[in-house]
Amino acid sequence: MSTEKKGFLARHGQLERNVTLLAVFAFIAVIFGGIIEIAPLFWIDNTIEKVKGVRPYTPLEQAGRDIYIREGCYLCHSQMIRPFRDEVERYGHYSLAAESMYDHPFQWGSERTGPDLARVGGKYSDAWHVQHLSDPRSVVPESIMPPYAFMRDRPLDAGDMRAELKALKITGVPYTADDIAKANDDLKAQATDTPGDLAIRYPKAQNRDFDGQPDRLTEMDALIAYLQVLGTMVDVESAAAQEQLAKETGR
Amino acid sequence: MAESDNTPSGAGGKTPPSGGRRIDQSTGTETVGHEWDGIEELNTPLPRWWVLTFYACILFAIGYVICYPAIPLGDHGTRGLLGWTSRGQLARETAAANGARSGTLAALAATPIEDLPKNPDLMRAAIAGGKAAFKVNCVQCHGSGAAGSIGYPNLNDDDWLWGGNLTEIQTTITHGIRYPGDAETRMSLMPNFGADKILTADQVQDAASFVRSLSGLEPKGAAAQRGAAIFAANCAVCHGPEGKGGRMVGAPNLTDKIWLYGGSRDQVAGSISNAHHGVMPAWGQRLDPVTIKMLAAYVHSLGGGEDFAPAAPAEATAPATGAPAAKP
Repeated sequence: MSTEKKGFLARHGQLERNVTLLAVFAFIAVIFGGIIEIAPLFWIDNTIEKVKGVRPYTPLEQAGRDIYIREGCYLCHSQMIRPFRDEVERYGHYSLAAESMYDHPFQWGSERTGPDLARVGGKYSDAWHVQHLSDPRSVVPESIMPPYAFMRDRPLDAGDMRAELKALKITGVPYTADDIAKANDDLKAQATDTPGDLAIRYPKAQNRDFDGQPDRLTEMDALIAYLQVLGTMVDVESAAAQEQLAKETGR
Repeated sequence: MAESDNTPSGAGGKTPPSGGRRIDQSTGTETVGHEWDGIEELNTPLPRWWVLTFYACILFAIGYVICYPAIPLGDHGTRGLLGWTSRGQLARETAAANGARSGTLAALAATPIEDLPKNPDLMRAAIAGGKAAFKVNCVQCHGSGAAGSIGYPNLNDDDWLWGGNLTEIQTTITHGIRYPGDAETRMSLMPNFGADKILTADQVQDAASFVRSLSGLEPKGAAAQRGAAIFAANCAVCHGPEGKGGRMVGAPNLTDKIWLYGGSRDQVAGSISNAHHGVMPAWGQRLDPVTIKMLAAYVHSLGGGEDFAPAAPAEATAPATGAPAAKP
């Protein structure tokens, strides 16, 4: 008994001396962990809530999201309201997985130097956002956020939004062929009073001049369009959503 | 178990030829069996407390897996014997907090805001609740200290645009100011005297001189004299003949040195030329009446809250009546 055990343990030495063998076994260990922890998310039924209302971002919102990522907003702002009472009372209903299912990559974040932005949409006026982004301390004296006034002056250069939407579609965002074909027009149209059929293809899409400069399409337009849609797609307080969430178990 | 396998080897501490272990003589501890240039390693056992803690952790983990959601199965994970969910815990905590507050909230709901000052305990509760709600909903514009900034009124002073007693504040919060979508919103639109060519650029400057002279920012020179006539013809209808404002239309008092959009020459002339039409949301559409009542009590308590006027409202004479009284 004792000698057998020693024999088995002695073979541990082979693993330590043979780097290829070590790599193979380490890989097996990682695969095992991955199968247990990651793979079930693809088939267990409570990974994503079945709530109504989540739609892909419009091209303007998506362009704003790109700016959000470019400027590193996620370094200080999370987009994840955890199901704790203090967070829910401050920021609103806790975030649902469904609300970020078309985010590639999601912006949950882990650092909250600034407030959570998961439900910032509709909380403030466009004018407030313009003033706050241009000079944060003019509205929040104790803020340490850097000013982003330059966005008011920079014309929005989003590149070819058709290509971006096409790429997102590959990752599973359900843009239609129509959405992709009209992406560049949608980008401009959302910042005007004449959005065409934008609101039909993107339900509840808000269209207006966001940055207070009706004659220009700036980065500020895109970023505010993005901020104003955050957390507004699912009507979480609605009866249907509450009923769905009441049936949730296991989280 | 190891002790039985080994007998102390020969003198001199040499490693046994088999590469086996031996007992170190000076410590009485087994060695691991390696030897490098005469240096050996003691195989000191782990402290008993450590080993026991380690086993306890394993037992705890097993219990945890049984009690809490843990192992993924076919279309769902194990739910655990306790049935715990983070969302369920939130619901319980929220219900408990709401339960603890319900008595006070019900009392607040049943008390008309006019009667709040008669009940100091309830007033204190309302102010505390209003302070919390203010931090979530109002600080973004009015500032964390409610001191406001350019375009956003300071709520600490006794200079009120639309009225500073509890009911007036409650009305302003409920219906907002110039808020589209609320029929009862506080509404007034000062004309764009310059931009819409009601006054010439010179006249705007003269009017600005007069307005600034009202609070002593400029001497009453020739420009101010000319401006006085322009003021009487165009501005007095809302701001009053003496420029002391009018709360019926939210016209600011121009004789104090409190400026919503700045008091410099350029700022005053700019306000006359392109009137500012600041907007405050109608919070009645978002907050429940009790929260609004608490917010009104808090804003009222900040320093400038006014008592209910005994008889005829002393409009447009805020400095005379606006002493920071009115606290319960």
